[in-house]
Amino acid sequence: MRLDYPSNIKIIRVPCTGKVDVMHLLGAIQKGADGVYCVGCMEGACHYNAGNLRARERVMHVQKLLEEVGIEGDRVRMYNLSSGEGPTFAAYAKEMTEHIKKLGPNPLKKWARAKNKE
Amino acid sequence: MIVAKRKPFEEIKNLLKGYRKVLNVGCGTCVAVCLVGGEKEVAVLNAELDMARKLEENPVEMGAITVERQCDMEYLEILDSMVDEYEALLSMACGAGIQFLAERYPAKPVLPAVDTTFLGVNQTVGWYEERCRSCSSCVLGLTGGICPVTMCAKGLYNGPCGGTNKGSCEIDKNQPCAWYQIYERLKAQNRLDCILEITPPSEWQNQIPRTVIQPGYKKQEKK
Repeated sequence: MRLDYPSNIKIIRVPCTGKVDVMHLLGAIQKGADGVYCVGCMEGACHYNAGNLRARERVMHVQKLLEEVGIEGDRVRMYNLSSGEGPTFAAYAKEMTEHIKKLGPNPLKKWARAKNKE
Repeated sequence: MIVAKRKPFEEIKNLLKGYRKVLNVGCGTCVAVCLVGGEKEVAVLNAELDMARKLEENPVEMGAITVERQCDMEYLEILDSMVDEYEALLSMACGAGIQFLAERYPAKPVLPAVDTTFLGVNQTVGWYEERCRSCSSCVLGLTGGICPVTMCAKGLYNGPCGGTNKGSCEIDKNQPCAWYQIYERLKAQNRLDCILEITPPSEWQNQIPRTVIQPGYKKQEKK
């Protein structure tokens, strides 16, 4: 299909979005990522029955935790698509990138940079 | 199992105000099972505190360790070599664990990160319900295995009271009457004579800290 999607997105592969833990999402923001999103299978179509539903719960939980901390919860999002939907994947990547650009950079970025220099 | 819930984040943040290096001590027993104070929850809270304090331009260095049980001195020993590095200790254990930690390190401020809530059961992952008030005089043998102290709004040893209303409690239609449930269960077991036995009032031993020494053991010098 040779579809384009924004090059700022780094993909981390997991066997199922059910594997994604609260700390994976929170840790990404803590380390300076501007946003994180989970792309899971369509709801109701999980091979492990509820992996993507658990991921959604965790994403919503992390959103709340970030709001408590003082960071926009919407930097973390959940998307669903089926594995055959390449164009939708690219569209979501674009949508997330534009959304995060509107929010601006992660306020913790300077701390993450300082740590990298160490 | 002892069930607790995490304190509101703002409250924890306020407790830690003024400290720049804090050791967060989790507990690997009850509070780990009820998903509030185990290794994972320590990591999440530390990440939150780290981010919040950085946003305030006042970073805090958070250490993390989870011991098997904070209510057992032998598991606290491992902390001896670490605590001196820290200005304060944050504990995610139940109230008993927090106090034992404070007892072992009396010179360090020990701060609670959870509110200990009740002795309860695990209905399913993440869903816990109270079942015992540790009253020290168990009557479950007479009440068909339903605790009237915990499940009855008045905690009556001898019931039901006049407020029982077709299976519900007078405080709320959705709150079952514990004594109605006790009656139904005893009836099904053909043990209704049990409900006629009068249980004397509790001596309310729970108003002073209680001590239990099991048969074959004795009070020893504290280590």
